[in-house]
Amino acid sequence: MNGAPVLGPGGAATAIAGFARALRAAGVPADTARTAAFAEALTAVDPVRARDVYWAGRLTLCSGPDDLAPYDACFAAYFGGARPAGGRRRPPPGPPRTPPWAPEGGEEAAAGPDGPLHPVAADRTEVLRRADIGQLSAAERAEVARLVSLIRTGRPRRRTRRRAPAARGALDPRRTLAAAARTDGEPIRLRYRDRAERPRRVVLLVDVSGSMSPYAESLLRFAHALVRGHPAGTEVFSIGTRLTRITRELRTADPGRALRAAGAAVPDWRGGTRLGTELKRFLDVHGGRGMARGAVAVIASDGWERGDAALLGAATARLSRLAHRVVWVNPHKAQPGYRPLAAGMAAALPHVDDFVSGHSLEALEHLAAAIAGGPLEGGGARA
Amino acid sequence: MGAFEAPDRPRGADAPAGASAGPPGGPDGGPGPADPAALAGLLGEQDYLADDGAATACFLALRMGRPLFLEGDAGVGKTELAKALAAVLGSPLIRLQCYEGIDASQALYDWDHPRQLLHLRAAQAAAPEAGAPGGRIAAEELESGLYDRRYLLARPLMRALEAAADPAHPAVLLIDEIDRADDEFEAFLLEFLSDFAITIPELGAVRARVPPLTVLTSNRTREVHDALKRRCLYHWMPHPSFEREVAIIRRRRPEAPEHLVRAVAAAAQRLRDPERTGVDLLKPPGVAETIDWTAALAALGAPALTPDAAARTLGAVLKHRDDHEAVRLRLDALLDGRPEHGAAEAPR
Repeated sequence: MNGAPVLGPGGAATAIAGFARALRAAGVPADTARTAAFAEALTAVDPVRARDVYWAGRLTLCSGPDDLAPYDACFAAYFGGARPAGGRRRPPPGPPRTPPWAPEGGEEAAAGPDGPLHPVAADRTEVLRRADIGQLSAAERAEVARLVSLIRTGRPRRRTRRRAPAARGALDPRRTLAAAARTDGEPIRLRYRDRAERPRRVVLLVDVSGSMSPYAESLLRFAHALVRGHPAGTEVFSIGTRLTRITRELRTADPGRALRAAGAAVPDWRGGTRLGTELKRFLDVHGGRGMARGAVAVIASDGWERGDAALLGAATARLSRLAHRVVWVNPHKAQPGYRPLAAGMAAALPHVDDFVSGHSLEALEHLAAAIAGGPLEGGGARA
Repeated sequence: MGAFEAPDRPRGADAPAGASAGPPGGPDGGPGPADPAALAGLLGEQDYLADDGAATACFLALRMGRPLFLEGDAGVGKTELAKALAAVLGSPLIRLQCYEGIDASQALYDWDHPRQLLHLRAAQAAAPEAGAPGGRIAAEELESGLYDRRYLLARPLMRALEAAADPAHPAVLLIDEIDRADDEFEAFLLEFLSDFAITIPELGAVRARVPPLTVLTSNRTREVHDALKRRCLYHWMPHPSFEREVAIIRRRRPEAPEHLVRAVAAAAQRLRDPERTGVDLLKPPGVAETIDWTAALAALGAPALTPDAAARTLGAVLKHRDDHEAVRLRLDALLDGRPEHGAAEAPR
């Protein structure tokens, strides 16, 4: 590439590969194809000018704004100063964070994929179906959680602008003509096309604060069922003190493994809640940019807002303007004599389309129906 | 660092040639100017003030023949960059605006159905013997005659393949707001961008003689698939710095007085920074809005950015009712920072 290489030919390749490895360790997806592009870019710019090398790397190795900060750090460490020792770029482990269920509990870990269903008596299943998950013992809760994975999830549909062949609708000139050509130019049968239908996106925000912890597992199981039902059209976030996107973790087919991954990804289990701030953050970063537009937005929270309730009200109002429907899931709603007195809940409620409880298996089936926009035919869990 | 500059690399020598109207090949035969700085200069002549990142991105896209993926908030100048690039290269800009439900017939090509129907009718009139022995063969001939290049309507992607013949002037293909299209379209683009060829079942393959320089933009309303990004150079466009924003406004609105431009740019910088103003906007203004705001103030003949003038022209820069209310309450605080900026800048 250059008459007077700073590094030997082998040295340059080693440096590039090493830099890419450091980036990968820092979480930037600098894969082989990108690394090769970086090497190619270096032949086009002046490889001894730090600025050119910086931009050549940033343009080829990064793929999102989240990559820029780790890239800058790695670049400074790698080319601007001391080389980072391999593997040290990993973020230091944070404080121990555990989901409120036992992730290495015998059953789930031992049972392997999906876990064998315990043969339970029908009447016992019926009792469990209605029982408040928050009141159950750990074993019963685990059993209900497994049943949650079997809930059938549907979703409302919306018409798209894309047209597809249909029995009726507007005339489809292309197919009519193709047919006409075969009959000597005589359009004997007219073909039609009409707007296609697509499922709406569902965005689920699950409160993982302390007060919601008895319900966290079943709600995440439910989220997993939703994601599995329609992986491309579902987004899941955990809300606590920090908004965390856990869609990717939940895409794993096996519910046990997916939940463990999600449990590890959420940094703020059983902490406090800053619902308003985090909901606003969701809207700023994801929702307002299009994720929530026309979607069914589901918030699972008891509405215990430590921060400013007015902020939560304003954020919910904004969400309801963007989304097709807003569904609020509050397990405490099932308690006899419940009234939405928590300040956050009261502020949010005027902007909510469906207010459901989701405290038991049966209630979660109702939630699935509320998301789908009507009672599911045949209803309920296939237990 | 300059001491390491390679002797056999004809850098400076190439720059004047690159600055001429028709940019000739660079050192290794690729189109365009010799280095990012030269390209930034050429973009500047087109009234686009590119920073280091944008200039290097365009330079590498030209040199490596890779699509350029521009991401950033609305109004930071992604589309403008593509337009300026086309002007620099002296080649046509072909724009494909994406939207939900866009499909091949709007992006690639479509058959001209009314003309095809006319063709059928004309053929019919010419051959009245429909039931003749050769009827079947005639029908097949008729059908193949329908799918002639004459009856093909080229949409943007196909036009981009056919547009350029001279490697020094590749067409610039702008695929705008890719995040609005659905993911099926993304998969389709992937194929298009990898070999710059399309296959029309009735006609055969159409291949680009000179692959177009492709610029994709995204406002990040959703995450674009990684496979698509991997084929591209990725550039995140930030909002411009204060000095650059002043320069951009001055270039675009030369009629506006200097101190007004500085005041507007300072206010815009503050509007984007919730920490300093305490106003967290739903949609912070982009450069496009700042330019509009300056134009609005200049049109009103406002001598300075007073709270009153700002309140009256707020609609040019903020497009949400909630933002208007939040900013209106803090207008004084927002414009207060101005003297300190003015003082710092006044001696120049």
